[in-house]
Amino acid sequence: MAITREQVLHVARLARLDLGEDEIARLQEELSAILEAVSKVSELDLADVPPTSHPLDLVNVTRSDESRPCLPLDAVFANAPEREGDSFRTAPTA
Amino acid sequence: MIDTLRLTAEEARGLLERGEVSARELFDAYRAVEDDLNCYLLRLDEGEGAGVPIALKDVIGTKGIRTTAGSKILESYVPVYDSTVAARVKVAGLPVLGKTNLDEFAMGSSTENSAFGPTRNPWDPERVPGGSGGGSAAAVSAGLAPWALGSDTGGSIKQPSSLCGNVGLRPTYGTVSRYGIVAFASSLDQVGPVTKTVRDCALLYSIIAGRDACDSTTVEVPDVELPSAQDLNGVRIGVPTEMNDHPGIEPGVRALVHKSIELARELGAEVEECSLPLSVDYGLACYYLIAPAEASSNLARYDGVRYGLRVGADTYYEMVERTRDAGFGDEPKRRIMLGTYALSAGYYEAYYGQAQKVRTAIAREHAQAFERFDVLVSPTSPTVAFRLGEKAADPLAMYLSDLLTIPSNMAGLPGLNIPCGLSEGLPVGLQLIGAQLSENTLFRAGHALERAIGFDTVPERLR
Repeated sequence: MAITREQVLHVARLARLDLGEDEIARLQEELSAILEAVSKVSELDLADVPPTSHPLDLVNVTRSDESRPCLPLDAVFANAPEREGDSFRTAPTA
Repeated sequence: MIDTLRLTAEEARGLLERGEVSARELFDAYRAVEDDLNCYLLRLDEGEGAGVPIALKDVIGTKGIRTTAGSKILESYVPVYDSTVAARVKVAGLPVLGKTNLDEFAMGSSTENSAFGPTRNPWDPERVPGGSGGGSAAAVSAGLAPWALGSDTGGSIKQPSSLCGNVGLRPTYGTVSRYGIVAFASSLDQVGPVTKTVRDCALLYSIIAGRDACDSTTVEVPDVELPSAQDLNGVRIGVPTEMNDHPGIEPGVRALVHKSIELARELGAEVEECSLPLSVDYGLACYYLIAPAEASSNLARYDGVRYGLRVGADTYYEMVERTRDAGFGDEPKRRIMLGTYALSAGYYEAYYGQAQKVRTAIAREHAQAFERFDVLVSPTSPTVAFRLGEKAADPLAMYLSDLLTIPSNMAGLPGLNIPCGLSEGLPVGLQLIGAQLSENTLFRAGHALERAIGFDTVPERLR
């Protein structure tokens, strides 16, 4: 299950990781080996088996729709790299 | 003089109740022990509360106390609210000694993936303490904390407890709130105790377990019974052959686990072999698709916008990509890449979708076994503690460390590690697995076995 350099770059872009050249080469090798190992799951014929997304039998857990106090804004922004007024400031999107 | 290496949390509580020591003196006794194993990422000079102090794995959010998850990306993150478990610990009056080291984002089996350097094994500092919760496990064995909390996704409580020779419980999925815990793989993550004895483990579990309105995956939990029975009369123990005869299990580990099983029989348990044919063969592959897939989604939040590291750039996407490249270490990147690949268009059904079906098959296999048995036993880790660096360059070899802890985790089942002897001078752990919400059964069996085994939890070189 070898994956190509192009696939590594594609996935890195989906994952928003700006990988270095050395990382790209190493991940290509490592991911190929790991994917080969995990591909073992395809050996089983489980066409009739439903998927499990969660180990408990819980369905539609809700709580009463009551308003509660939320964090004060200064706490919300306490860890922000950059704040402008009541907003998180980032680099421009375009 | 408080012997922090030997004192159990229960004994410490007795000293406090009888007024023989103050909470401050107790706290200071642990605070005074030198941390030459790098167990802690942060030690506090004082704590709140009149109870037995505790160490918390650094994925557990603590208000006003830096919480890093072992990652550069959260190096200066100070939570503005308490996780539910931290709040429960506070309500119970347990002062926090500090935050313990771990593999970055709890991803690893040796604590070598911490961005802040590895923790060392108290039995042999040239060896790893296991992971991801190596800091918590090593702290409890080295007298740096009477008890601690860890978190377990694929084995991060059970395996370090095995390698450090103490007691670790991964509780049933849903019994302990994850609100305020740094998320890794949300369908698997579970917080649990690391202690010197099974009774301490039950005590601490009773403090942290219970339904929480802030975590909709939590359930009502049966009252915790502190174990006292010395026999195993009427307990039906299953020995899954695939988990006890696997070729990856070291002979020394196999022999000690076998001896413990014989001991269980002498204590009155009905012991029979059984089979979990798919769980061991396919568990690891299933886990290494589902956990990275969920991790890739959970770790998408680290974008340098609201909290955590930011690396500046001219445009938003450059900023996000550079922040994530600089902030994440090798293992989180590997898992984000693997998970993103497994979830991407064209591969989803073959990888993630199929892994979820395998997960159902594993859960069914375990449910069938629990129609006949109360407890399943196996080694916790196939090997004793390995040397630092031994597996660091080979991710697949490292992943095999969790071969025997993963199957029951996939099914949401509780698992208890108790030490069962020394092989080549290093601790071996026995894994007891129960049906969902059967913690009391595990405590009972674990306590009786622990007593009969008589393992000395103090590392030989520190005695």
